[in-house]
Amino acid sequence: MSSLKIIGGRLADTNAETTVLVRDGRIAALGEAAGKEPADHDFDATGCLLTPGFVDLCCNLREPGNGQKGNIASESLAAAHGGFTTLCASPDTSPVNDSGAVTNLILDVAAKRSSVRVLPVGAITRGLEGELLSDMAGLAGAGCIALGNGARPVKNARVLRRCMAYARTFGLTVMFSPENQALAADGYAHDGLVASRLGLLGIPEVAETAAIMEMLLLAEETGVRLHLGQLSCARSVEMLADARKRGIAVTADVAMHQLMFTEDALSGFDSRYHVRPPLRSEKDRQALLGGVRDGVIDAITSQHQPHDSASKQAPLAATEPGLSTIESTLSMGLLLVERGELDMASLIRALTGGPAGVIGRSAELRQGAVADLCVFDPDATWVPNDSSLSSVGRHVPLPGKALPGVVRLTLCDGRQAWPQSDL
Amino acid sequence: MTATDPSQTSLQLTADGQLRHFLTLDGLNRALLTEILDTADSFIEVGERSIKKVPLLRGRTVVNLFFESSTRTRSTFELAAKRLSADVLNLDINTSATSKGESLSDTLLNLEAMASDMFVVRHSQSGAPHFIAESVTPGVAIINAGDGRHAHPTQAMLDMLTIRQHKGGFEGLKVAIVGDVLHSRVARSQIRALNELGAAEVRVIAPATLLPRDVESLGCTVEYDMTRGMKDLDVVIMLRLQKERMEGALLPSEREFYRLYGLNQEKLALAHPECIVMHPGPINRGVEIESAVADGPQSVILNQVTNGIAIRMAVMSMAMGGQMAERSRKLAGRAQG
Repeated sequence: MSSLKIIGGRLADTNAETTVLVRDGRIAALGEAAGKEPADHDFDATGCLLTPGFVDLCCNLREPGNGQKGNIASESLAAAHGGFTTLCASPDTSPVNDSGAVTNLILDVAAKRSSVRVLPVGAITRGLEGELLSDMAGLAGAGCIALGNGARPVKNARVLRRCMAYARTFGLTVMFSPENQALAADGYAHDGLVASRLGLLGIPEVAETAAIMEMLLLAEETGVRLHLGQLSCARSVEMLADARKRGIAVTADVAMHQLMFTEDALSGFDSRYHVRPPLRSEKDRQALLGGVRDGVIDAITSQHQPHDSASKQAPLAATEPGLSTIESTLSMGLLLVERGELDMASLIRALTGGPAGVIGRSAELRQGAVADLCVFDPDATWVPNDSSLSSVGRHVPLPGKALPGVVRLTLCDGRQAWPQSDL
Repeated sequence: MTATDPSQTSLQLTADGQLRHFLTLDGLNRALLTEILDTADSFIEVGERSIKKVPLLRGRTVVNLFFESSTRTRSTFELAAKRLSADVLNLDINTSATSKGESLSDTLLNLEAMASDMFVVRHSQSGAPHFIAESVTPGVAIINAGDGRHAHPTQAMLDMLTIRQHKGGFEGLKVAIVGDVLHSRVARSQIRALNELGAAEVRVIAPATLLPRDVESLGCTVEYDMTRGMKDLDVVIMLRLQKERMEGALLPSEREFYRLYGLNQEKLALAHPECIVMHPGPINRGVEIESAVADGPQSVILNQVTNGIAIRMAVMSMAMGGQMAERSRKLAGRAQG
């Protein structure tokens, strides 16, 4: 395997200039030591920032079964374009990833066609129906790094309690998007000012906070490692901080678009901003940003949900929730840094070491580590449009706007994942 | 932190402020609302003639697209279009295209291909007419005939016309809207219109289960007790209560609702003596209103129906005018380019 030397870039979190030597899929040397060693190729990273490759805890790849919305090849390429090198693939595929056979299929396809590392999340209930336990040990054995119920609810607290206890037996991490189904009912927008004015069916905050309370109590009782995915409420951040103080093994993430937008995004009935959980109030957004800055929220996810255009072309309530975000996650983060709402170190931590820690991995630039890294130019801009996007999903946030942050190079396992062409 | 243009103004109005769609009263100013009322006033006279037609929409095709059933709204729209000399096509979508699996977009594109000039749309989902105007057939004038819980702007404007006829104007008026505000597109449009036209106070009277979150932000005060809420009212608007509200655990029973929030002569006596009683219909006698009140001297419910035709004629002719002006502007632009 050939070697590559990345010269002239700065570390994104500390802004220190460094040189990185990549050889045999690993970081062979850093800094002055790397500068002295010869390499087959040099990459000029002047003006660029270097970070470990981003780790996404919630990403929908749509394969198997939903080819019209995306596939592992297309969405992993989009991820590489966005600087991601590790994707936790949601179990809501068709068939659902609730058996070792489906996990193996996903891993086989990923080995052949994925630009980046794919780590499947297994379904914690059979068929994601929320009623019967899946073969959790079998799923973990086949390579699932955690278990969850995707975007679907678990039927009741009794099933949830047993899911957690059974997962605890094998030391598995469970991932849930907290939503009380009875309280969320038919809602599709934040139950707040915009929903009241436009007559949209609301999902109240208590749909999330009541679910979190139940999950925290059950996690405390069962001792399972709990990860709360895609928080949306200010109150959720407080509850999370309190639970940590009690010593409950809980981690959490927030989708980047929750940090960027509020319920106002729906005021023109724009279906692209129909997401779940819904975009909430400015107060919630501020609290979520605070949670990321303080480290109470461990990770920022893309919550990438590619769709075919027909799924978004209908009256708001009839559209499917989700944004195609993985190519603009970094850019949205840089916009937040530009506005002074987030510092660069917190942003990078929440995209790398934070999420990696949740799944028991690491993401750092150190000698000997697997060469997963991203080189991006924070000052260059790009415009999300049909020619620049790799994802099948074209319902991106901020379409047609010049966004900061162009990824120049993504390496996964030392292999060039982005750009597709030779350097 | 707004991702899209929050106002729907640019979608509804041409560059010079003419109506080209009529989707919501949000973003329409007092001058435009007054113009709609004045135009409707001029059409009332048409309805009193023996030959009730004017040629404003001659040669134009209006399609009534009702994705949700309605008797009165649809017939008044149909009459309004015919009095404007338009060709009218009534489509009940529940029983045709969508049941064959055709998407809403495809249905509309087909109708547009038949050279339709205006769609009158009723839909059970909030924002459906907005979606059609913005994404499907921007060259067709869209009139919202009621969408989900969002808006019913022609109903609100015919109510405003009725109020203006009886009260002379809106300054200083105290108006209450009673009942199921949560599910009511009519109430949302009325609150907006009354605020824009300068009413002194809009009060909503209902139990907390039938009010939207932060309802005050719409521009109204809240009163849970109807006896207190009736005080000094110039106008009381009763909303229809759907029977299925009992099933969703929103109300215990019709009987309790009627006792607390139904309008009877006793409660009406607490209002200003000249208070008028309105209802968008169809009324549930003995559920939200007593027959003696519905048929009584203070009731203007049937005036509302008559005014419905005039308001719809006004809105249709104005939107068609805006749409035509825009078409010729585009053609002229193309000829120059």
